[in-house]
Amino acid sequence: MKNSSIFGCVVAQNDATSPSISNFMSKQQIDGAQALIKTLDDLGIEYIFGYSGGAAIPIFDALETVKTKMKFILVRHEQGAVHMADGYARATGKPAAVLVTSGPGAGNTVTGLMTAMMDSVPMIVICGQTVTWMLGKDAFQEADIFGITIPVVKHNWLVKDTNSLPRIAREAYHISTTGRPGPVLIDVPKDISQGPFSGEMNPTFNLPGYDPSSDFNICKKSVKAAADLIASAKRPVILAGQGCMIARADKELMYLAETLDCPVTSTLLGKGVFPENHPLSLGMLGMHGTAYANKAMIECDLLINVGSRFDDRIIGQPSKFCKDAKIIHIDIDPAEEGKMIKPDVMIVGDAKAALTEINEKISKVKHPEWNEKLNGYKKKFPLSYKKQGGLRMQQVIDELYELTEGNAIVSTDVGQHQMWAAQFYKNHESYHWLSSGGAGTMGFGFPAAIGAQLAHPKKTVISISGDGGFQMTLFELATAAIHKLPIKIVVLNNHYLGMVRQWQELFYEDRTSGVDLVGNPDFCKLAAAYGIPSVYIKRPADVTKQLEKALAYNDGPILIHAECVKTDNVFPMIPAGAALEDMIVEAPKTRMAKPVGST
Amino acid sequence: MKTITTTDTPVAINSSGSGHTLSILVNNQPGVLMRICQVFSRRGFNIDSLVVSQGRNPSFSRMTIGISGDPAGLDQIIKQVGKLIDVIHCFEHTSMDSVTKEMILIKILCSSDERSAALQITEHFGGKTVDLTPTSMVVMINGDSPKVDAAIAMFSQYEIIETVRTGKVVMARGEQPT
Repeated sequence: MKNSSIFGCVVAQNDATSPSISNFMSKQQIDGAQALIKTLDDLGIEYIFGYSGGAAIPIFDALETVKTKMKFILVRHEQGAVHMADGYARATGKPAAVLVTSGPGAGNTVTGLMTAMMDSVPMIVICGQTVTWMLGKDAFQEADIFGITIPVVKHNWLVKDTNSLPRIAREAYHISTTGRPGPVLIDVPKDISQGPFSGEMNPTFNLPGYDPSSDFNICKKSVKAAADLIASAKRPVILAGQGCMIARADKELMYLAETLDCPVTSTLLGKGVFPENHPLSLGMLGMHGTAYANKAMIECDLLINVGSRFDDRIIGQPSKFCKDAKIIHIDIDPAEEGKMIKPDVMIVGDAKAALTEINEKISKVKHPEWNEKLNGYKKKFPLSYKKQGGLRMQQVIDELYELTEGNAIVSTDVGQHQMWAAQFYKNHESYHWLSSGGAGTMGFGFPAAIGAQLAHPKKTVISISGDGGFQMTLFELATAAIHKLPIKIVVLNNHYLGMVRQWQELFYEDRTSGVDLVGNPDFCKLAAAYGIPSVYIKRPADVTKQLEKALAYNDGPILIHAECVKTDNVFPMIPAGAALEDMIVEAPKTRMAKPVGST
Repeated sequence: MKTITTTDTPVAINSSGSGHTLSILVNNQPGVLMRICQVFSRRGFNIDSLVVSQGRNPSFSRMTIGISGDPAGLDQIIKQVGKLIDVIHCFEHTSMDSVTKEMILIKILCSSDERSAALQITEHFGGKTVDLTPTSMVVMINGDSPKVDAAIAMFSQYEIIETVRTGKVVMARGEQPT
């Protein structure tokens, strides 16, 4: 026996067989795992985040035996791997792969899959699985991950035929990245991955029920109807969602806004698709959005929704949302039509294709009165915070924005700091804001920043977390340290689960329950244990100096531990399920009724 | 007459009520039914009847699903089902644009004295006797759901041991595909 290479695979080769080593199609035996890894490489996957285990050993072995351009990142928990792939995708628009073992390994990906599914993020998760003849017999580390993940993926597969692996991997990539993107999962039993492969490396798809090419055929009649509504609007507003970003329709959106002299607000996930420092920008809308964006919703006579799904954080009470306005809804997903809000004109399709057609039908107008009115609201209800009485999270975020001139990639966790980051870190361009919106997954931000920093080694990447969320995935400090990723890890520590505490203060007579994070570690010492330097901020006067120091350090990760005031509340606020008119812009004087909406 | 305990007691025989009938063409693959059922259950729709069988092309299966739930959400649910990768199409059919049929097997206790009357009822509904013993009889009847309901009502004068209904199958009228 000797070793030779087929398409970069090192394989055991019998001396008696043909020595043709460079021929890709030669008959030398490779296994399913090698075919799978080779396919992922051919598809242009750059990173595989993962964690090994018994049922996945053949696939991990293929990472060693197949020569690829892919880089493997060993994480410390499977949830970290999925969030890293998610952060990579949100910072690039491209999917990464996740490779984990069966049972608990696969199970640990569920929260990350749900996070990606809710926010339409592409990724390919590959799980090892017990051998096919043990499926359903409670084998060691067996979990029905196919069944478990059906509700949290765009599509998934349990592979039963080694030769189908390249087709399934290609279909997975195709499904994940086209139409409304989303995560996909491939469950690969061990006998399938280590079985001999003799199939096609580039077979045709078998997807009769999936045709994303129709997303680019925009209904002319709807475009005409939309253009007519636009022509007669006196107080138009554009609501830009992540769909606009995914379609890379930034320029078309800008043309629409500037031609119509139309203010633009964005969703949490749409932050950056329209530069938030532009005079027409109203910032983010919704539950903790700017007062002027929400006032624009209340007073507009036309809402042009480009790629947002009318999330419940945005609309409050559906029956009262924009009730005096006409509504145009552009969405690639036909099932979003009328799900939350019934539009006057629905355009199903790719946002860039739709906007291109609409832009051909509009002419330049000015809306001086309307914009003047909104500018008045900007002056009357600015986003603000106090610089006295202890350090506020808002100040740290605000100064980060100033020092990085809005050019950093920012990831967040979930809660008060997330909303303040959305308010005070204005995004100037797409793919610079990584935040778990739909799922609201704590522990998302830091691993997502790792994925983003790997994708963009030269860019400043800031991970902003609270003390609660950071402790959910802090073990990835090791991953960041090993790869010397120059992430600025900001921990805004108020020793509380602040958002829940805020609700308890406002709606539950200040009865705090299950929110006091007593026992937090010294985050600087924690970083030191991983060999990561840190800075500590407690006084408002020290913020600039310490942040400058941290931003200047690029030899690896650095942790910024900001000890913030314990009790502070995010405003503006629209209680869940309430009408936008019920927005409060400052702490209420009287006790408020419990919200009727979800959370 | 001896007492028969049965789990199939005639409590709510109403298959023709206010529900909706969906015809879904899907890839013939494991897990497809699970994907579809999850859409319905998550939105609080109950599945009243379900018929699945392989299509003429064995790569596909045909499902006819009777569901009931909030009609306001129906359009959106049809679209949610339609966007599943394994679903080729999902259509709602009404009695105006389609034919709906089902089959029932009714097992009754029936002595020789009662037999000729039972056979008359069977004949009236265009049914068939598919099993006969000195004390029992199994009758098969096809038709739309109200007809099947009516047959059950008529046979209720006997002691019905059990009934098995196939659930509705639907086909669009004329040259329209289902």
